[in-house]
Amino acid sequence: MHRFANPMRFVRLAAAIQPWTAGVTLILLALGLYFGLFDSPADYQQGESVRIMYVHVPSAWLAMAAYSTMAFASGVGLVWKHPLADLIAKAASPIGAAFTFVCLVTGSLWGKPMWGTWWAWDARLTSMLILFFLYLGHMALLNAFDDPTRGTKAAGILALAGFVNIPIIKFSVDWWNTLHQPASVSKVGMPTIDPSMLLPLMLMGVAFTTFFVTVLLIRVRSEILAAKVRAIRLNQIHSAPGAISGELVGESPR
Amino acid sequence: MTSLATYFSMGGYGGFVWPAYALTAVVMVGLVVVTWRGLKAREAELKALQELMPGRRGRTHEAQDQ
Repeated sequence: MHRFANPMRFVRLAAAIQPWTAGVTLILLALGLYFGLFDSPADYQQGESVRIMYVHVPSAWLAMAAYSTMAFASGVGLVWKHPLADLIAKAASPIGAAFTFVCLVTGSLWGKPMWGTWWAWDARLTSMLILFFLYLGHMALLNAFDDPTRGTKAAGILALAGFVNIPIIKFSVDWWNTLHQPASVSKVGMPTIDPSMLLPLMLMGVAFTTFFVTVLLIRVRSEILAAKVRAIRLNQIHSAPGAISGELVGESPR
Repeated sequence: MTSLATYFSMGGYGGFVWPAYALTAVVMVGLVVVTWRGLKAREAELKALQELMPGRRGRTHEAQDQ
């Protein structure tokens, strides 16, 4: 019973929160798109291509935030064996991979007109590509073993070890002065970006975050239900007529 | 050129701006669809299993066996 007490409470809580996060996401996305595509100026150097920023930068933020969520949940899962933490890590990685992909492709679409190249082995770009492979590795490891708990453990260790890449991404633009421009929002003191551009960027940033929360909650609910289905199936095998059920059920931990 | 065409040309960068937004939209909608379908599939699976268990339903069943 204790194994499902918390997760089933989580399922009910998640189902209650979800319409709100979904609603906030839709409103913020609508506002962000309005300001980003209609009511914000073109950049004096980059012209209208600067509007790619409003999807590129929030994708990058979310790609890193999802990884941090995944690494933190993996750590909790590895240390305290909390089943919910493992499910959160499993639910987060496909979302993170999707947004890393969006970040890489939109960056490429921005890089071609501005830098004259689709891709360069710049430190920021390369560390972002590594992040994408870390996500793919995490998903692959989860399903690489017959025993799901071994997959969870291996994937959790990868997620933790790969976390070193997150500060590398963050500071890559300061450590290696190559092609990608340095941060202009998260600067100590005032951000060096005009408020008319900061507004849509922030709206989209928060919208992407609440989108992540919404999708993550649904995915975790799915994973909890899947775990429950597995548990019931195992029980059926153990208590099937003709099986040595008495012994097996007697051994199962309470 | 109409004003709408001017808008969509994005000062000559339309070929880069719109694909970026389109890809983002496709990925986000795709994530929601795949995730939602997954939840519905798990719910249906669980419901079917619970209906197969005569007289032992829901939480009381777990309380006995866990």
